[in-house]
Amino acid sequence: MSTEINNPESTNPSALLEFRNVNTHYGAVHILKDVDLAIYPGELVCLLGGNASGKTTTLKTLLGMVTPTSGDVVLDGEVVNSQPTSYRVANGVTMVPENRRLFKRLTVKENLMLGAYLRNDRDGINEDLEGVYDRFPRVKERLSQKAGTLSGGEQQMVAIGRALMSRPKVLLMDEPSMGLAPALVQQNFELIEQINNEGMSIFMVEQNANMALSIADRGWVLLTGRVILDDTAEALRANEDLQKAYLGGGSGE
Amino acid sequence: MTALPSSLLLDWKRIVRWGSICAVALLFVSLVGMPIKLDPKSIISPLLSLGYVSLFWLPLIFGYVASSRVVLEGVETSKPGLPDLLTGVLTGAIGGAGLTLLMLGIENFDIRDPLINWSPQLLEVLAFGARDLNPAVWIGIGGALGLFGAALNVIPESLRRGISYGFFTVLAVAIFEPALDDMSEGFRLEWLIELIFQKRGGLKLWPAIILASLIGMISIISKGKVKKAVAQYREQEAPKKKQTSYVLFGVIAALGIVLPIFMGTYVNSLLANVGIFLLLALGLNIVVGLAGILDLGYVAFFAVGAYTTAVLTSEISPFFAPGMTWVLSLVFVVILAALTGLIIGAPVIRMRGDYLAIVTLGFGEIIRLLFLSDFLKPYFGGAQGILGIPGIDLGVVYISGTDTRGIFYLVLFFCAIAVYVSWRLQASRLGRSWMAIREDEQVAEAMGINTVNSKLMAFVVGAVLASFAGAIMAARVGSVFPNSFMILISIVILVVVIVGGMGSIPGVFVGAFVLIGILGGPKQPGLLQEFGSLKLLVYGMLLVYMMLQRPEGLVPSARRTQELHQEEFLQDSWLKGTDDEEQSVEGEEAQV
Repeated sequence: MSTEINNPESTNPSALLEFRNVNTHYGAVHILKDVDLAIYPGELVCLLGGNASGKTTTLKTLLGMVTPTSGDVVLDGEVVNSQPTSYRVANGVTMVPENRRLFKRLTVKENLMLGAYLRNDRDGINEDLEGVYDRFPRVKERLSQKAGTLSGGEQQMVAIGRALMSRPKVLLMDEPSMGLAPALVQQNFELIEQINNEGMSIFMVEQNANMALSIADRGWVLLTGRVILDDTAEALRANEDLQKAYLGGGSGE
Repeated sequence: MTALPSSLLLDWKRIVRWGSICAVALLFVSLVGMPIKLDPKSIISPLLSLGYVSLFWLPLIFGYVASSRVVLEGVETSKPGLPDLLTGVLTGAIGGAGLTLLMLGIENFDIRDPLINWSPQLLEVLAFGARDLNPAVWIGIGGALGLFGAALNVIPESLRRGISYGFFTVLAVAIFEPALDDMSEGFRLEWLIELIFQKRGGLKLWPAIILASLIGMISIISKGKVKKAVAQYREQEAPKKKQTSYVLFGVIAALGIVLPIFMGTYVNSLLANVGIFLLLALGLNIVVGLAGILDLGYVAFFAVGAYTTAVLTSEISPFFAPGMTWVLSLVFVVILAALTGLIIGAPVIRMRGDYLAIVTLGFGEIIRLLFLSDFLKPYFGGAQGILGIPGIDLGVVYISGTDTRGIFYLVLFFCAIAVYVSWRLQASRLGRSWMAIREDEQVAEAMGINTVNSKLMAFVVGAVLASFAGAIMAARVGSVFPNSFMILISIVILVVVIVGGMGSIPGVFVGAFVLIGILGGPKQPGLLQEFGSLKLLVYGMLLVYMMLQRPEGLVPSARRTQELHQEEFLQDSWLKGTDDEEQSVEGEEAQV
């Protein structure tokens, strides 16, 4: 098993979002152990791992909802350890939460506007709204409808649209395939790939390793809070240990 | 195959179940003392008093419920007929038998010690004042009422609507008698009052019958057009709806300004009470309805407003009596209320749900106990409170505490401010952040909303509105005492908000008028003064009923109806066979 940490770019100053030797604790429980991560502009990277491996904590730490006990979270070259979530959102980090979690009783439009909560540039907001409508014509049809009444696929569109409304530099996606019908999962990954192709950096946490690696550039594997594998997506897909552990032993796809 | 004719097959289990529930309900109502307490309030004099209404409606309702069928779309059911009527009769009779047993029990045993209403007085009421009435009469009465209830199921819908509207109108007119009496002077309509009401209260028989049949006829002829109009209003396009809303609002505002001129002291003082609670409820509606913070200690801010006014305006305030005018003191009221909001809010706001509710409950009591304490007695007078609060000098006019009309106008003004503020806030960025927090606090935080600040703001806005109500209350009563700020006030305000419809401004108005106006506040009498301490029981029953049957409130905000009845919509559409996994609820509605 290749446990050697191969991370030559972690000190590269051009990283968009970076973990430097991050440790986090919930009370006495040590969750993330010396984690080093880096996301570069335009990349689509994924974080794989089983249950309780610390994937969600990683996201929460990136977004500032959990403060690391040691190590640095670096956003665009700036250490943001003590900055609140609002600062990080304003500076280009946004999350699409697990299971979409729209504001169910608010309208689709209100949901989208809440994505742009921290922005004051009316023109820019309208421009981005139009962008979301162009990308998801179905969302435009349902603007005044309560978000909770949408179908799963439509909710996913609104969730991504809401995240895009903050004009992020990097999009964090927590389990994007969770709770979606199988037919929609494929569609959803195509959508993520497409957004990435337009230049958006995406950091994706996913259990569906096969699917995730098929569109990602790079990937990390987390095991009980430690990064045990860090390689290109192709190499990870070829890795036999990983195949056995996460990819169901098949030959991918 | 020979089967029994289906008309004789009764669902005995159902009859016995509903009948026993009815009997238990009747016993409960009797032993709680409703018939005795409400007997003095005459509905149709001398035939029917509210006390008997409190007994009669039960077999009627249970007869109706027991005989109503579960109607499934697309499933053939036989026409309602004789079996249903029989079901109603039997259900009502079983219920009535409960009272028969009660009468026999009172005659033969004495358990008045735990049950204070197990009394000859109750027996007298149950025997209709007659000395030796056969208790079995109640079986007959129950049966007759059950039959009537069941008959409502059998007759066509329009007739049912006519009868129930007629009945409710008579009831309402009788309940509103003191108010109508009071208003008649202003409108020079004393002759009309004399025509329809008995001198000692209650409608005369013939006017009641004429009124009921008139209203019944009208409702039959109009065939639910009113309902349609309301539905139409709700479905209007946004800009048009806005226009209609403005017109409606204008009409109501004009009525609110003009009507009090014609009303006497009684109605105006009633309205002033309603107004103070309305103002409180509007404030709490922001905290609970918009931001989703269940604040059970809301009375604290009411108390702070009242005490600040008292200290600053009263000449005989114990330690510091600047004798300010009311208007000037209002500035300090706002500042202090906002500060209290921050101080109480800061530790509380980090908690969620149940924990928050309990802690606010505690803070509400702490504030009252502080004012009551010996420790602060030199400053706030302890249990003796602060007396001698002057009226309100507005420069142009002077409103004394006893000038109920002036107080009402003042309350109306502040309510208008509260409505405007809540209305504007709903569409604002702050309002949106509140709603987001109410929906999903974690995601709201992930959107970059500073949830702590946002929630604190809701607390502060609510606190300031409540303090206005407190300031007006202090000037109106002329004195403040710690015990005017019991926990009960918080709860009553919350009930007003819930019964009216959480997050709905018109709902809060309806809730305040229905609950405070008719039943009365914790210490303030309403139209039905006879209720007395039973008021709280009715509050509780109303709350339980609303939670079960109409959780969205009397006048729901469109948002909540949608959410709460979504499942029903889905079920309905399933029954109609238009189900489509991907189809949304509203899509289905559009199809139907």
